[in-house]
Amino acid sequence: MNKPGPVATGLYQKREGVFPSKIDGKFRRIKWAVMLVTLGIYYITPWLRWDRGPYAPDQAVLIDLEHRRFYIFAIEIWPQEFYFVAGLLIMAGIGLFLVTSAVGRAWCGYACPQTVWTDLFQHVDRLIDGDRNAQIRLKNAPWGLTKSARRLFKWTIYLAISFATGGAWIFYFADAPTLQREFWTGNAASVAYATVGVLTFTTFWFGGFMREQVCIYMCPWPRIQSAMLDEKSLLVTYKDWRGEPRASIKKSEKAPDKFGDCVDCNQCVAVCPTGIDIREGPQIGCITCALCIDACDRVMAQVGRPRGLIDYATLEDSVSEKAGNPPTSHMKLIWHPRTLFYLGVWSAIGFGLLFALGTRQHIDLAVQKDRNPPFMLMSNGEVRNAWTVKLKNMEGRPRPMTVSLEGLKGGVMWSDTMSRDDAARHLSLLVPADTTMPVRIYVVSPADVEEQDFTFVLTATDKEGGGDRAEAHFAAPENDDD
Amino acid sequence: MVSPKIDEATGTETKGHEWDGIEELDTPLPLWWLLTFYACIAFALGYVVVYPAIPLLNKGTEGIWGWTARGELAKDTVSAERQHGPLLSALAATPIESLLSNPQLMQQAVAGGKAAYLVNCVQCHGTGAGGSKGYPNLNDDDWLWGGDLKTLETTIVHGIRSPDDTATRVSLMPSFGRDAMLTSTQVGEVANHVLSLSGKAQANAAGSVTFANNCAACHGPAGKGLRQFGAPNLTDAIWLYGSSKTDVTASIHAAHAGVMPAWGARLDAVTIKMLAAYVHSLGGGEAFAPVPEAAASAAPAAPVAPGKTR
Repeated sequence: MNKPGPVATGLYQKREGVFPSKIDGKFRRIKWAVMLVTLGIYYITPWLRWDRGPYAPDQAVLIDLEHRRFYIFAIEIWPQEFYFVAGLLIMAGIGLFLVTSAVGRAWCGYACPQTVWTDLFQHVDRLIDGDRNAQIRLKNAPWGLTKSARRLFKWTIYLAISFATGGAWIFYFADAPTLQREFWTGNAASVAYATVGVLTFTTFWFGGFMREQVCIYMCPWPRIQSAMLDEKSLLVTYKDWRGEPRASIKKSEKAPDKFGDCVDCNQCVAVCPTGIDIREGPQIGCITCALCIDACDRVMAQVGRPRGLIDYATLEDSVSEKAGNPPTSHMKLIWHPRTLFYLGVWSAIGFGLLFALGTRQHIDLAVQKDRNPPFMLMSNGEVRNAWTVKLKNMEGRPRPMTVSLEGLKGGVMWSDTMSRDDAARHLSLLVPADTTMPVRIYVVSPADVEEQDFTFVLTATDKEGGGDRAEAHFAAPENDDD
Repeated sequence: MVSPKIDEATGTETKGHEWDGIEELDTPLPLWWLLTFYACIAFALGYVVVYPAIPLLNKGTEGIWGWTARGELAKDTVSAERQHGPLLSALAATPIESLLSNPQLMQQAVAGGKAAYLVNCVQCHGTGAGGSKGYPNLNDDDWLWGGDLKTLETTIVHGIRSPDDTATRVSLMPSFGRDAMLTSTQVGEVANHVLSLSGKAQANAAGSVTFANNCAACHGPAGKGLRQFGAPNLTDAIWLYGSSKTDVTASIHAAHAGVMPAWGARLDAVTIKMLAAYVHSLGGGEAFAPVPEAAASAAPAAPVAPGKTR
């Protein structure tokens, strides 16, 4: 690197504007497709319906913070099952490792929201201000009526996109049609407006103005990725052994042997959404969106040279190609041991979660004993212990259940809404749909009972059946009479 | 100043110092970063002006917004009270006798009573209301003065042997031994008789006679107690001052007279109502059923407006 870099002249480094020009090609089309799919998922998901019966919301994906339920299609997650969400987050994390190991910084280049929205905003730039050169001209033009009007118009569109972005987010947290109605009529919760406000602002600011600076200065992921990339990682690579020394077409036509394939047209720089020059080698600013590959391939086709002067390649590949060997196939590159290892871990967690989901019980019994006082001597010498018994019904319908005592000879129980006279060894209760019902239960045992273990048994008495058990300890005064 | 040294690889100025050949680049910050930094400084300055910030000798600066943590608490308290307002006025309007027929209100009263209990009552009766020797257990079904809501409320309002309440519950058991009303042999015999009532000792004729002459007036001929006088039932399993021979003998020799403050002067009527509801809910609460003793104790001294005992 012999070209002089920027020399600091003040307290800060001024941002060099990035005005990527329009390009079409294989990777641009992939980017379009990914943008369409990701934005589609983002906007459409909250509006999908999923029938769960009369006791649960019918929104397919709903994070119901108020009632502490996560609904994801057929899956319903309760707060105490948060490990499923933790598992998904771990999968997402390992998924990033997996993608990095398999295809380098593909997440950054195609699917990251910052990339997708920056791309969207750059399309708006081109739509309103024209292509690269027109944008630069406008930027350098003095502020006048035309420029102000244009800027205002563009920023209004930015704001509209940002509002749509922030606005869509809240629909994941409440019934979308209802919330939409409430939102426009001013009846939604203030947190909804605040969320939309904050997300509109961050989208407007990060997508409209910060852009590649988010990737370069703010995002930790590129830093972590730098540590994960090695000679087997797929990178967007400028094949300098083929391109250098670069020269204009005229010059290289005069002396074809002296110069490489690069015609120094700067198209790779012009299309780069982060404003870097890929010919300087791998760098943190490169999100591997591969638009420079599209640009270069076009130029190579025009000047009649083979495509792929800039291409996806690993460092190992580069060395081997430099030595004159044919390039390795991409499929072979993707499947190396580290990738398989990540894939293994990732799928193991995934299958583990699915297994746990498939086998989890929809009925549960938890008992919590009163510890203070641990037991209660009644006036007739009987001993009473108290429990808070929690009956969990995860089904979308009320279920009749029976709690009974197993062990504790002579013991009977009653709940705080019953009379002592109705005490029995079984209690029949109706547990409401999709609810954990706490019941305060008194258990009384005849005089001179020894302290002992026993079991609460929960049985669902509808035709599906099922049940649960919970061990408990009955405390009693020490018999000091004998 | 010497001309800045430019790092060859990056083209960036260095700070000019080096350790073992390692130099520090003076990479310029991006503008937005610098602006954020300035904005933070501006925010901090603004904060110092409007909020209490700088500690001085006696107190800190007050800030022009006049914010205080104490004021914030007062505001929160007011809003909490406003939130509880409907419940409190509903409770005030509901006679305690009809609380049980309104399960939802009762439930809220119990919750409020628990909070008040934890502030005012735990010192003697314990956090779980389990009591201890000399301090009654409020969970069981044995009541000295009665366990229905109204009676509980009266007990809480006026206290027991509370010196500053004229309508307080009073009962004084004589100290039979200490005041030489009974010989120590007789005290021992009575103690045996009392324990025999719940099968803890052999019955003895002498003790039985002494009991009939000295104790039956309050505790009843069968020792079943009398709530009108707060005289405990001696036949059951609950012993406030212990059930060993020594404990019982000591109680007869020198009588206990536990004191509970009259809360009517300290707490408002609604809080006391909630406390009664909480104690009633602990598992030993009684209905207003005409248990003879309870009926008798429902008419203690002259009724006094709750909250005003003097």
